Formats: sequence, structure tokens, C-alpha cells
Amino acid sequence: MRFLLDAEQRAFADSLNALLTAADTPSVVRDWSRGERKSGRALWSRIAEAGVFALAVPEECEGLGPRPVELTVAFIELGRHAVPGPLVETTTAAALLAELPDPGPAKRFLPSLATGETMATLTCTPPPAGHGKPTAPYALDADAATIRLTVSESAAAAELRLAPPPGRPLPSLDPGRRLFGVPSGGEVLAVGPQVGVAVGRAVLRARLATAAQALGVGLALLDRSVAYVRQRKQFGVPIGSFQAVKHQLADAELGLEFARPLVHGAALTMDPADVAAAKVTACEAAHATARTALQLHGAIGYTAEYDLSLWLTKARALRTAWGTPDECRTVVLSGGRRW
Amino acid sequence: MDLSLTPADEAFRAGARAWLRSHVPSTPLPSLETEEGFAAHRAWEAELAADRWSVVNWPAEYGGRDAGLIRWLLFEEEYHAAGAPGRVGQNGVSLLAPTLFDHGTEEQRARVLPSMATGEVVWAQAWSEPEAGSDLASLRSRAVRTSGGWLLGGQKTWSSRAAFADRAFGLFRSDPDAPKPHQGLTYLMFDLRAPGVTVRPIARLDGKPAFAELFLDDVFVPDEDVIGEPGQGWRIAMSTAGNERGLMLRSPGRFLASAERLRGLWQAQGSPPEAGNRVADALIGARAYQLFTYAAASRFLDGESIGPESSLNKIFWSEYDIALHETALDLLGAEGELADTDWSERYVFSLAGPIYAGTNEIQRDIIAERLLGLPKGRR
Repeated sequence: MRFLLDAEQRAFADSLNALLTAADTPSVVRDWSRGERKSGRALWSRIAEAGVFALAVPEECEGLGPRPVELTVAFIELGRHAVPGPLVETTTAAALLAELPDPGPAKRFLPSLATGETMATLTCTPPPAGHGKPTAPYALDADAATIRLTVSESAAAAELRLAPPPGRPLPSLDPGRRLFGVPSGGEVLAVGPQVGVAVGRAVLRARLATAAQALGVGLALLDRSVAYVRQRKQFGVPIGSFQAVKHQLADAELGLEFARPLVHGAALTMDPADVAAAKVTACEAAHATARTALQLHGAIGYTAEYDLSLWLTKARALRTAWGTPDECRTVVLSGGRRW
Repeated sequence: MDLSLTPADEAFRAGARAWLRSHVPSTPLPSLETEEGFAAHRAWEAELAADRWSVVNWPAEYGGRDAGLIRWLLFEEEYHAAGAPGRVGQNGVSLLAPTLFDHGTEEQRARVLPSMATGEVVWAQAWSEPEAGSDLASLRSRAVRTSGGWLLGGQKTWSSRAAFADRAFGLFRSDPDAPKPHQGLTYLMFDLRAPGVTVRPIARLDGKPAFAELFLDDVFVPDEDVIGEPGQGWRIAMSTAGNERGLMLRSPGRFLASAERLRGLWQAQGSPPEAGNRVADALIGARAYQLFTYAAASRFLDGESIGPESSLNKIFWSEYDIALHETALDLLGAEGELADTDWSERYVFSLAGPIYAGTNEIQRDIIAERLLGLPKGRR
């Protein structure tokens, strides 16, 4: 047992962090939220060149994957920099296409997903009760994605379609996440009970990637808050010297640092209970850190203009994306496994 | 990055499981915090030690198996899953022994460790004083130089297990003129039955004498019972505190077993859905603590020391333990009010967690200042 990232994985995280730091992601998010996609597409290409999407694509389809641990490493950095776009959906769509019994759709779509030429989005309509799969009723960034996958499930079988272009976006609490109603119809790519199995496995990956992304969002919120309370002075001293402030940040650190091993551990086991545990813990830690960050920044943190808002709203959105906290806890309880 | 065990690790785990299956008492021992229970737990330690299961990670020469950190964690998982008794020697094993390994002499280790491993000598800690709690460095109990050793004087308090223990270890002020409070302190071991020692048991919340006050009146301690150099006690004790807050005090196996027991209780009550989330949080927290500890153990085996991140560990397990047992008592409903049950005993024990081993407020200060880099301020 050696439950630590190796030197190569740490170097991958560092290089992504450096790439994204240089990319001025807050201005990219603001462009993206207005529907201006040029800067976002350019950043997407660089993320693809770094190999992120290839990690979700199997080697036989010109990818490097599947590499779940490296994907969690990447998504922590993507979350840390609030990178916009259908990141989770693209890697999940790639995993789903690769798992279909018919290799046709994989051969057709995966190469361009791996290179970053195309983006994918994915929706899942409500599955049968007790199925344990999350609902994804809105197509994230469906105006930017050219591969728009929709999954509908009956008790007997699942159907995967390539949906037509969407209508107008719905207003979203996180302006960086552009939500669209599910376009109906489109070409049927696959149908049958095996599709349902592939969807189940792909959705597990979506949940894990969202957990890692949320952890990154939380880490950024903590870093920004620590920097702020060190320089913001009241009563003649930095507010970060007050115990009431310190202890809130210590609790944020505690939550995030106990989510981190769950995220990496779930990537190693891909056990549904582990993935659900990682999702609920990382998302709740990020969400709690967002609340602390908002409180410690005071009124400036409550403004849309200040960049902190880009992470605050994402922490809220990710909490329910690909599985609510309660849904995840139900999966943990239904697993009979003794850890 | 991997979580896999070697065949030798698996064989070790299987060996521990088999031994525990044939030795763990079928009915629980009386409470550790009673005279009768203390004796029963001491006898259990001797049974463990007879087959070298009491201190598996120690060197063989002192009664261990040289098992290493990973196998110690596996042993603990098996130990708690088997429902084996609480460990009466824990203060010595998790606090004093690591100090002796790092700062003691060969002679001290040979003299102290074997009888600690068998439970023949049970150790209590003597840190806190009536006026020195979180601000431990302000302690006033003194060690005065005398021929061949030291004379201890003053008062210690909240000394866990001291009501029935044999010996104690702690810090004493040997140089009252040192310029700073944490200088001039010496780390000593002493006999609780030596002339001049008065032990006054203190009843904890449920009335059991789980700790004690110690009154020391010219208690002679020979030079051979000083650990490290006189005057270096603070530095030595802080390395003990690092161990205490770190990996050895509360193993993940304990909480994995508690969480599964809670799940069993919940299911026995018909799996009430309104309590489901709290039970799920107990299962998730145990897994998080296990994986956090595996990561810390991996870093430790890579040669890194356990630093201020051990404060994260201490806050986590102490608050987790209370939340789990609150859930259990709530699930029990009116029965939760009954004392002397396994759940109530563990609940009362859990309540002390955020207070001892450095209060959680002190731990949060350490996290804020040493992990996050926030400025020091008035406490």
C-alpha cells in the first residue's frame, strides 16, 4: 500500500495549475457566461493538449485511459481555477461511448473528444425509482457542445440519442454553467439493457469527476479567503489574527482535507459507495467553505463583480450536480460492503 | 498510488483474525473505569501479550512483532471488528513508548517496555495542573535536584486512569529561573505508590473514577527515570503530543467497527429513514478517517514526520466519535437514557475527546497558524 500521489501525478497537477494560472480563467468564465465562447474554446484546446480528455478515452480509441486517479487530479485543478465548460460531461460522455457494446459511436466521436476539437454534454432523465443513478435533467453548455447525448431509461432498457441543437439557455444560479432544456428526438445511437449498464458506470465517473472538481473549488475558496484575511485590517490588525476567523478557516481546511482521500480512494476502487461518499463529502466541504469565504470577505464577497463569486456559485451548483447529498448518502447506506 | 495489500499483509491480517476469534471474551468485560474492570482488562493485556498481539508494531525484543505501521492499522481493524476489549495500557503504549523509542536510553527501554507490553505495569499521564491546562507550559509542579535524583512537589490533575494505574509520566519545572515558561522543564517517570504520592480519584460525568488528582510531596525520582536531558522536557513532550494527536491514539479500525455497529443498530430498529443520513455520515466519516490515515501512514513511511496536520486528525476523530454516539443514543430512544450499556459507556467516553490531548480550540489555532499561515493573535 502506498496511498499517495506519485511524482508523475503531482507533476501533472502542477503543470495544469501553472497552465490555468496563466490563462486568467476569471475573464474566461465571464466571457463564457455571456455566450462568448472564443476564449473558452482556446482554453479548452490547451486543456486537451495537456491530455485531460484523453484520460477518459481508452487507448484503443486514441486515448490514454481510462485513468480515474489522473482524472481526479485534473479535475481538482479545473475546479481550483473555475474553468467553464462541460468538463464533467465531456469526460463522462467519452467513458459512456467507450463502454457501449457497439463500437461504432466510439469510433465516430471519441477521437475528436480526446483532442479537444469537440465538446460533449449529457443528460439523464429520471431513472426508475431506487436505481441509485443521479438525474441530470439539464444539458450543460449545450450551445457549445456539438455532441449532445441524452439518455432515457425505462425499467427494461436505456436509450442513447444524439440530440438536436438546443433552444435558449435557462437562467442559472452559476452564470458560468449555461443550462438548457433537454432537446427531444435525434438520432438513436444505442438501445438495450447493456446501454443501461454502461450508463451506470459512466455516471459513476461523472459523480467522481464532480467530487474532484468541487474539492478544487473548495481549495481555491480557502486559499482566497486566507489571503484576504491576512491583508484585510480592522481594529488595527489583520482580521485573520482573530480566533473567531481562524477557527472558521481551520474547519474549512478540515472538511477539505478529509474529502481529499475519499476522492482519490474512490478513483482507485470505483466502488459506488466510495464514489458516493466522495461526492457528498467533497461537495459539502466545498459548500461549507463557500459559506465561510462569503462571510469572511464581508460585503465585497456578495458582489457579482468580485471574482470570488465565480467560485461561490459553482460550489452551490456542484453540490446537486450528478447526485444530491441525500442521493449519495442513500447509495452509501444501500451498499452492504464493510470498508 | 494504490490501496493494495501484499500476500504477507493479508496473511498477517488472517493470523490476527484467527487469534482474536478464539480469544476475545464472549461477554464484555466490566467497565475499564472500575477497580474490577481495570483488573479484568489488565488480565486481557497479559493474554494478548502471551501470544505477542499486545504491541504488534514494537520491536520483537520488547514483546512486539516488528509489524510496521500498515500492519498495525490492519491489526486494529481486526481487533475492533472482533469486538475486543478496550486497551487499559493505551496511555503508556501510545504516549510514553514513542517517547522512549525517540528519546529514552537503551536501559530505560529494556526496563520499562516489556512490563508495559504485558499490562503488568499500567501507566498514567501527569500533564495538566489546576492552573495549567491548554497553557501547559505555565505548569508549576517542580523537580528539585537532590543526591542521585530529583524530588517532585506540587499537584497534577485530570490524570487519566491514575486511580488504578501503577506509574506515571509527565513534565516538571526543574529550573524556575529559566527565561521562558517552556524552558527549564524536565520529563520524568515516577511510581504512583512511592512515598509522598497521594492519588485522589475524580468521578467523571457518570460517576466512574476515570481520572485522578495527584498530590506530590517530596517524591524521590532516581536519575535513571529522567527521559532525555533535564531542561529539555518541553521539546520531548511535544514530540509525544505529535504522536498522540497523530496516528497512534485512535486507529481507524475503532471507528470502522463503531460505524458498522451503528448501522446494525439502525437496521435492528427497522432502518428508520429519518435517521438514514446520520448513519450514512457515520459510515462515510469512518471511511474518510481510514483513508486519511492510510495517506498519513504512507507519508510517514516515505520518511516525512507527522506535523501540524495531526491536529486535523485529532479534531476529526473526537468530533466524529461524539456525533456517532449521539446518533446511537437517539436511535435507542428512551433506552438511550440507561447507563452501563456498551453504547452509553462509549458515549460518555467520547465526550472527553475534544478536551484531552490538546483541546480542539488549541488544535484549530495550530491549523490556522501552522497549516494556513494566519498571523498569531491574542487567544
